[in-house]
Amino acid sequence: MVDVVRHDVVIVGGGGAGLRAAIAVVEADPTASVALVSKVYPMRSHTVSAEGGAAAVARADDSLEMHGYDTVKGSDFLGDQDVIQYFVEEAPKELSQLERWGCPFSRNEDGTVSTRAFGGMTTKRTWYATDKIGFHMLHALFQTSMKYDNIVRLDEHFVTKLLVEDGQCGGVAALDVRTGEMKAILGRSVILCTGGGGKVWPFTTNGNIKTGDGMALAYREGVPLKDMEFVQYHPTGLPGTGILITEATRGEGGYLINSEGERFLTTRDYGVGTKAELGPRDMISRAIMLEVRAGRGIKVPGKVGEYAHLDLRHLGEEIIDSRLPFVRELSRTYANVDPVHEPIPIRPVLHYMMGGVDVDIDGKANLDGLYAAGETACVSLNGANRLGSNSLTECLVFGARAGQHAIAQSKDTSEIAESKLVAQADAEGGRIADLRGKKAGSETISGVRETLNDIMEEGTGVYRDQTRMAKAVTDLAALRARYDAISLSDTSKVFNTEILAMMELRNLLDVAETVATGAVNRKESRGAHACEDFPDRDDENYLHHSLVYREESGTRFDTKPVTLGKWEPVLRSY
Amino acid sequence: MANQQTKTIVVTRFDPDVDEVPKTQEYEIPVEADWKVLDALNYIKDHVDPTLSHRWSCRMAVCGSCGMNVNGVPKLTCKQALSDYGDRVEVQPLANFPVVRDLVVEVDGFMEKFKKVKPWIIEAKEAAVTEGTNRQSHAELMDFKQFSMCINCMLCYSACPVVSNEPDFLGPAAIALGHRYNQDTRDHGSAERNEIFRDDGGVFSCSYANECAEVCPKSVDPSGGIQQAKLNNVLDWAQGFVVRRGEN
Repeated sequence: MVDVVRHDVVIVGGGGAGLRAAIAVVEADPTASVALVSKVYPMRSHTVSAEGGAAAVARADDSLEMHGYDTVKGSDFLGDQDVIQYFVEEAPKELSQLERWGCPFSRNEDGTVSTRAFGGMTTKRTWYATDKIGFHMLHALFQTSMKYDNIVRLDEHFVTKLLVEDGQCGGVAALDVRTGEMKAILGRSVILCTGGGGKVWPFTTNGNIKTGDGMALAYREGVPLKDMEFVQYHPTGLPGTGILITEATRGEGGYLINSEGERFLTTRDYGVGTKAELGPRDMISRAIMLEVRAGRGIKVPGKVGEYAHLDLRHLGEEIIDSRLPFVRELSRTYANVDPVHEPIPIRPVLHYMMGGVDVDIDGKANLDGLYAAGETACVSLNGANRLGSNSLTECLVFGARAGQHAIAQSKDTSEIAESKLVAQADAEGGRIADLRGKKAGSETISGVRETLNDIMEEGTGVYRDQTRMAKAVTDLAALRARYDAISLSDTSKVFNTEILAMMELRNLLDVAETVATGAVNRKESRGAHACEDFPDRDDENYLHHSLVYREESGTRFDTKPVTLGKWEPVLRSY
Repeated sequence: MANQQTKTIVVTRFDPDVDEVPKTQEYEIPVEADWKVLDALNYIKDHVDPTLSHRWSCRMAVCGSCGMNVNGVPKLTCKQALSDYGDRVEVQPLANFPVVRDLVVEVDGFMEKFKKVKPWIIEAKEAAVTEGTNRQSHAELMDFKQFSMCINCMLCYSACPVVSNEPDFLGPAAIALGHRYNQDTRDHGSAERNEIFRDDGGVFSCSYANECAEVCPKSVDPSGGIQQAKLNNVLDWAQGFVVRRGEN
């Protein structure tokens, strides 16, 4: 039998949202016990690589109303306005809390926290720590979490299944990576905080661990994923590696330049108006793609394709070193370019998933006992396009709320038949044991993953059309057979990363299926979903959220209404 | 391709289920001019030998997962250019840690040392969030900022001669982190931390070999932090001595 551990709340994922949720649980109820389950050590979580900042109203020339409308407009009116209202109200409190927990924010002369400009934001409201806010936020949260002895970490445990009985989620089955043993980690609530699944695509800012695990875990239990067709291409990634060069480069005054030396966002109409380089990400990424198509991309021989230039030279060495030191380090190390003296080659790169586990404003999913927060969740803050610097704040605001609600509800949940949950974990243990070193066919993990990446780049890129999206749906279905024909080599129980990669690949396939299904069902262009055969937004037929369910017969598509409020949808132009 | 060349990557292998002691395995692979050491390991994992175990994630030198000894020197493998080496490159797990498997070392001991230095803001009194943020001048920020840049990659533990002789030594990263909070104007916990610093395995175990600062991939100066912490502790201790005598 598997080892059984019991806690009040089980949190899967130890990044920004998971850590914030864990602290919220024990602050709401100091007697509560939290299992913080992560497939890595929490400080490795991908929150670590966020660079530019986190948004919250801080200045006298700003207002909650302005942050709210910027977010609604950025979402192309697909964000839920009750959620956005709550978000902008809580954002300053959460960032103040983060400051009190020691985050080393950059400061103004008078010692107050400094804010910078960001894309789609009307005024400076992005709190920053030079250009490493994600790193500092993650470490501040992780270190603060160590204060609480009742936050019990299970580091390097990979969750393979949610334990669900009688319509109630009562824990997770997790593989202890070091020993290879399966554990049943029981709790009356489970919060999924595993981030997004950028590794579905070949060219991404996301780290290797971003495999959509939480989304796939929920989806396999029949919980719908929402608005999965909306994926964000960040305008400025390094060609080849996809390493992120922060939007703060443009917030501090950087230019985007084409092969003719032209600052094309000011000379051509890409819908961003006078915002120019500080337009929202969806529009800037499309502008770069159109520049390349028009023959004004910068060409280099080799595999990286054409790109544009991000020019920071006019900012000068002092500004670059004091505000963007990590950008300089990354450019030098990974592109052999010193931005003080040369422009940085950049191209749009898959960065963030607006969609995720369908949850309400409390973070609760459509399954009792199950919550989600952060990129894993779709609480409908970001709609069809997220504004840069809203996502870290989202992790804090909705991580905290999910934690508070998960512990409140876990007290009045009736006990589930524990033996049935443990039996499920036991079965998982058997399944994993059978999978180690399993010989099936001639396929390899890397071969199937590369095909998946190709399918999704072709079908769900910056620009899409019905033919290519439909082909992605068909090709993904066919790829399932190839997954089943993968043969494995590693028979060891100890730190078997081949098994992990195999299970992560399954998660990627599940997530990809929902993205392609959502995409093919939306015959309009909205936010980041740009269909060349349906170039306009169509509020009459598509002002709704997409839901994709896994059922025994396959995927089922459904919709649900957007929560509007004081802001009626209008044409989105800047 | 014109740039195509091959290198032999010599990797330490160890599976506790099978092996009594670690062994080495050689992989001759095609490499590209712009590869980091990690790219070579990932190539082996994907195309040659899927049983190789190593940790990595962000591949942009910030998550701290992929520290290893390369030709005997601790390196962040996603940052270290492969082209800096000749035809044979030896990749070993970080030194001074128990090996779990292959290139994967055990991190729990490090995490315990980390927690020991109380790496969180200790407030004089709990303040409500409605009180907003603290003020801190740029100069005050700079007093601790560099010590907050540690990515916990553990290269400094692999390099430190004291860690190797005295496994209970708190070590460079943990002391620098405790010092980071001591230097932060928002924190009021230095008396608690200094007690830990003065204890066995604390700051006075450091022999100032400075290896930690030399291998740090983020230009943190843990050694400098430890020397500052030593000085603060001598002052703190002397001051306490004066006060205690005054009380008598």
